[in-house]
Amino acid sequence: MENASQPETPQPPQAVPLKIFGVGNAGLNLLRQTAPLISTGAVFAAVNTDAGSLESCAGMETLCLESRPLRGLGTGADPERGRDAAEQNLPLLKSACAGARSVFILAGLGGGTGTGVSPYLARVAKDAGALVLAFVTQPFDCEGNRRIRQAQQGLEELRAVADAVICLPNQKLFRLMDENTSVVDAFRLSDELLAECAAGVWRLMTSRALIQIHFDDLCAFLGGAHGETFFATADASGPARSAGVVEKLLSHPMLDSGAILSEADAVLVSIIGGSDLTIAEVNTVMKHVNDKCRRAQVLMGAALDDSFQGRISVTLVATKKTESLAARAGLNESEHAAGMIRETPVSPLPHAAESRRHARVVSQASDSAADRREEAAGGAGTRGRRGTRTGPRLRQGQLPLEIVSKGRFDKSEPTIHKGEDLDVPTYIRRGVALN
Amino acid sequence: MFDSSSIIVGLEVGTSKVCAVVGEMNADGALNIVGLGQARSRGVRKGEICDAPKAEEDIRNAIVEAENMADVEIRSVYLGVTGGHIRGFNNRGVHPIVSADREISEDDVQDVIKNAKTINLPAQNHVIHAIRQHFLVDGQDGITNPVGMLGSRVEVDVHVVHGNLNRLQNAIRSVKGLQIEVDEIVFTGLASSLALLTNEQKELGALVIDMGGGTTEYVVYADGVIKHVGVLAVGGDHVSNDLAYGLKVPLGRAEQLKIEHGSAVVDEECKGQNLSLTSEVGLPLKTVNLENLRRIMALRIEEIFQLIAQDLEQFELFDYIRAGVFLCGGGARIPNIARVAENVLGMPVSIGRTNSISGLKSALDQPEFAAAIGLVKFGSFQQRKRPGRIGLTDGLRRIFGR
Repeated sequence: MENASQPETPQPPQAVPLKIFGVGNAGLNLLRQTAPLISTGAVFAAVNTDAGSLESCAGMETLCLESRPLRGLGTGADPERGRDAAEQNLPLLKSACAGARSVFILAGLGGGTGTGVSPYLARVAKDAGALVLAFVTQPFDCEGNRRIRQAQQGLEELRAVADAVICLPNQKLFRLMDENTSVVDAFRLSDELLAECAAGVWRLMTSRALIQIHFDDLCAFLGGAHGETFFATADASGPARSAGVVEKLLSHPMLDSGAILSEADAVLVSIIGGSDLTIAEVNTVMKHVNDKCRRAQVLMGAALDDSFQGRISVTLVATKKTESLAARAGLNESEHAAGMIRETPVSPLPHAAESRRHARVVSQASDSAADRREEAAGGAGTRGRRGTRTGPRLRQGQLPLEIVSKGRFDKSEPTIHKGEDLDVPTYIRRGVALN
Repeated sequence: MFDSSSIIVGLEVGTSKVCAVVGEMNADGALNIVGLGQARSRGVRKGEICDAPKAEEDIRNAIVEAENMADVEIRSVYLGVTGGHIRGFNNRGVHPIVSADREISEDDVQDVIKNAKTINLPAQNHVIHAIRQHFLVDGQDGITNPVGMLGSRVEVDVHVVHGNLNRLQNAIRSVKGLQIEVDEIVFTGLASSLALLTNEQKELGALVIDMGGGTTEYVVYADGVIKHVGVLAVGGDHVSNDLAYGLKVPLGRAEQLKIEHGSAVVDEECKGQNLSLTSEVGLPLKTVNLENLRRIMALRIEEIFQLIAQDLEQFELFDYIRAGVFLCGGGARIPNIARVAENVLGMPVSIGRTNSISGLKSALDQPEFAAAIGLVKFGSFQQRKRPGRIGLTDGLRRIFGR
């Protein structure tokens, strides 16, 4: 990860050959949103399985993952077909990733291409030595169970491979929309938000840093098994800009008027300003954010960008850990996935086929809470098995408290005492590790 | 033998066992335990009935066993009730003295108690007990009997124990389904404290913790009266469940491990020790780390005491408890539990003994029968005053303010 510290060096354009991939139709939309925000130092590449859609991406590198079974008709919302297509076009992807220090993957999960290709692409990019950061959207609840399940699965796969994943569940956008918002607007809103976030991270990496955040810090911070990510960007200009930006940020609907911050486990604050950015302004912003984040670990960075003269822009990414057990499961998983990559760096084809098989296993096995627990608490015990077992990718629960089965109290009225469910074993609630 | 008035039966439908205790009151009012019946309880969770047919069967078995042992026919019982819905709070009733000479009469006392009992509770809540504490005359505290005193205003503090009516009815219905009358329902925590504490201890101030299978009840006495009661719907079942979860063994096995190897503290010598579990035919199944077992248990037990301590702290009751803490219920059997309780509560802790009653030694020595024995004792107070019901209320009726 030596290249990780590179992005913060004062000469960004040479140091960061950043490659931004938009995968799938939603990914292309995201890419089109992001492109104007990111002016220099990045190469854009559009990836899709259907050649027609790529025509609209003028001025970008286009990768069309053609494969015979698809007959140019796209994947039909089947991630397996997407993955197949990616496998068959491995050389194309490899050459696209070659030389990139960091790779952003923009995709909408739930469909065929975004869900199927992104994890594969992430793996290829990782093998090529790049740092991989994925920005993905999850479908609206109304898009149906299948898409949500696929998205969930894709997210897990992506989390296991990418250095960090920032995920925007579209369902959260309902807070930002009124009844009259059209469908087109809704998706555009989601694209805009994610694009802003990607741009925020990009700025953090490339601008002249006053207070540095190392890229690997960032990845460690975002890459853990975080259950949910929330982010908000706000900017303000004028003399009272620091107060203005704080006000905008804390009233941002994505942050639930600041309520999310008080529940968050980790908060990343990236402040970008012109060369007139004062320490007092940074202080004002951080003081307010720190006040709100009672238990969170706060990571802050400040950077200069001449185009921000007289302006201040703050990007805030808050993550909430899922229940500790799930976190441990996630840890085991990513270790495991990392292991797999190391084992098969040159021949991703059989490997990918294998992972597809896992995906099939997951849909049946992941519902069994017992299995998940076993995996999570197994620790040293499962180490021996891990080498031989192909390891189904376990689904990471999004609902924090439902993971622990309550055994014989499952069906009785829960004993809630000051917000704590006393039916859950004490050692789990207190996070005491058993050896 | 068929003089049913001298036979008092306490029935406790607990989470782990149903227990019926038969007491006999002799001519001079002394209580003697003559019978005990128990059955494993299958229809109860967290102190409340969740499977009525099974619970009825268990109750029948316990009653039949007690009948055989005591050689009596049981027609009515004092029924113990518990559950997370039961709460206690202090209430005060006020009554002005309007008579010309300002002397407080017996009628005034009745009125003030009546006032104290009129409580604004939601309609579905039922007052189980309204226990009289102290009287105040013109703001002067600590008066036990104000009759004959002069004053313009008399007040009384009562401790009200109430619960959800429907959930209380469930237990009553199950008993009535067996053609057995319920004399009265009694909060089991109160019953346990009656069985364990002497008057002197009540006067000094004491805390009784009854750690049962599904619930933990606690009662605080100070200056001879009940100051506070509480129920936590957490008990031995939770310990077993935690073990089943943490050690990945079936519940039955967890229960067995808890009884055979459980302890409330993690001591040095258990570190690194493993227990091998064997199947019915003696084949090894798996090994369990003893340290993990004890740690899971210790954390749960410690937490229960911490929750009680928090509650007592909130009501500022610690300073009133001078006689110490008395444990009973099945949880009192956990090795070293007194040590943990002492650490958490910062008071001397001992396992409670039912000393004040004579009779079956085998029944009296067991901490888990304290509640059922206490029910009999409660019944004996009630019965004692029945023959003398001619005029005014007496002894217990006054104590319990009914």
